[in-house]
Amino acid sequence: MIEVHNISKSYRRDSLEIPVLSNITIDVPEGEFLALMGPSGSGKTTLLNLIAGIDRPDSGSIVVNGTDIATLNESMLATWRSHNVGFIFQFYNLLPVLTAFENVELPLLLTSLSKKERREHVESSLHLVGLGDRMKHYPKQLSGGQEQRVAIARAIVTDPTVLVADEPTGDLDRVSAGEVMTLLDRLNKEFKKTIVMVTHDPRAAEKAHKVMHLDKGELT
Amino acid sequence: MFILKLVLKNTLRHKLRTILTILGISIAVMSFGFLRTIVTAWSAGVESSAANRMIVRHSVSFIFPLPYAYRERISRIPGVTMVSYANWFGGVYKDPADFKNFFPRVAVDAETYFEMYPEFTLPPDQLATFKQERSSCIVGEKIARELGFKIGDAIPIEGDIYPGRWDFVVRGIYKGKDASTDETQMLFHWNYLNERIKELQPGREGNVGWYILRVQNPREMPAIARTVDQEYLNSRAGTKTETEKEFQQSFVSMSSAIIRSLEVVSFIIIGIIMLVLANTIVMAARERTTEYAVLKTIGFSSWHIAGLISGESLLIAGIGGALGLGLTFPVAAGFANMFPTFFPVFNVATLTIFLAALVAAFAGVVAALFPTIRALRMTIADGLRAIG
Repeated sequence: MIEVHNISKSYRRDSLEIPVLSNITIDVPEGEFLALMGPSGSGKTTLLNLIAGIDRPDSGSIVVNGTDIATLNESMLATWRSHNVGFIFQFYNLLPVLTAFENVELPLLLTSLSKKERREHVESSLHLVGLGDRMKHYPKQLSGGQEQRVAIARAIVTDPTVLVADEPTGDLDRVSAGEVMTLLDRLNKEFKKTIVMVTHDPRAAEKAHKVMHLDKGELT
Repeated sequence: MFILKLVLKNTLRHKLRTILTILGISIAVMSFGFLRTIVTAWSAGVESSAANRMIVRHSVSFIFPLPYAYRERISRIPGVTMVSYANWFGGVYKDPADFKNFFPRVAVDAETYFEMYPEFTLPPDQLATFKQERSSCIVGEKIARELGFKIGDAIPIEGDIYPGRWDFVVRGIYKGKDASTDETQMLFHWNYLNERIKELQPGREGNVGWYILRVQNPREMPAIARTVDQEYLNSRAGTKTETEKEFQQSFVSMSSAIIRSLEVVSFIIIGIIMLVLANTIVMAARERTTEYAVLKTIGFSSWHIAGLISGESLLIAGIGGALGLGLTFPVAAGFANMFPTFFPVFNVATLTIFLAALVAAFAGVVAALFPTIRALRMTIADGLRAIG
């Protein structure tokens, strides 16, 4: 499903080159729930971004569902992301001027679906995350846990094969974090979504099938 | 459609900031429109000049008179189909400190002047009465309205260039053919002036301020000008003959420093509009860096993001521009009412409206330029890192 082969990544800060990932190779089979753990600055988020196609490796290849995404240009990558990947961020990143319904509808606006079809998809996604009654609420009218569930609905509304989550419980209280992890677990088990999740939270990592540790840009 | 909806919602996100920016732009656009209207009004005489009229004045200065005797010889010059003449009178009407009381008072040849200037329309009966009565005068509709002159009213003028008290009776009110025609003049008989000055200051009679020529073919104007000036080259009063447009332009050029200053200020205002708007758009775009990154992550293109930023900038500039243009009209009208006779013609020109709209649109584009380029260059990873 996801084949990361020998990738390296470094960032330049002024004249300084900072290595972030060194020769990482991982395989994530279809339906896997992988947790990436490690201290801050270990390269977890960078690896997640590379798998999700929102950043490019300096070397190596990343093949997702048979497509080497490292070879795609910006426009192709954007289209690829819209079809294949759902994103869940630590701080939800909902657009504050849009309602829960409108936020979830965002990815569908890039598809050829009719308004009616979009409505059906959005409603089923919001019902799935238990927010069918909050469609017209704005993010500021929701709790942190509810906002994250709207973000999950947005991530799954296009029915992507891969979900990437960057510390999805990092900004939540224990109860809300538990609800979010239960939801991700359900998406993995019931809807067969392949999930790659970065987390610092050992309780969140417990839900994963596999946990990988990164330190100073290397798998340990 | 979605982009438009989001543009609208983003614009209303910080209502106070948006309202203040719109107000700033509208005041700047209004100031721009108002200053352009003043500049246009200043040169209104130039723009409304007739293509077939020429002016003959003293070669040294407009303030020196020309002998009335020149009339016959000038009228015989080939290509000249009609000759009229006029004389600046000056004088003071009521309180000189009140700007409203300032209006041009000109002694004209009653027989030919209105034929020479068909843009001054006057009912035939009023013209006939005017021609018969030496001390009568014709006033423009604008000053008649502003100062309450009616037919039969007496207008007392205290002379300055021509001393003494001068009493005129209004026998006609002329209207301009169109909005660009000066309706602020008071016109009276040159013969009346000539006769009275002969009594009051013997030796000053027999002079006119300038001649107005109508020519058959405007292409012959340079040749006619040369012929007239050559005719009086060695006379006591040499002449300078020019087209009516050049003559009007020479008046405008006396105030060129003021006009230039107004033009410079109007362009500075454009800079202010851009800075006000750019400040708002840069702040808004910076605040939304993460949102743009999220949209890109979802699959929206950089051009969608550019549309969001420039759309917001153009929307604010558009509303501000429209409001500013809307304000320009009452402000210009208020100014025209305050100084009704200062500018004979004070209208917001179509070109001014077009320029003000263009300025607002240009400001909208320029203000969005830097944040748009920044957003286009921003990588998603960098944008997401801006979360803090």
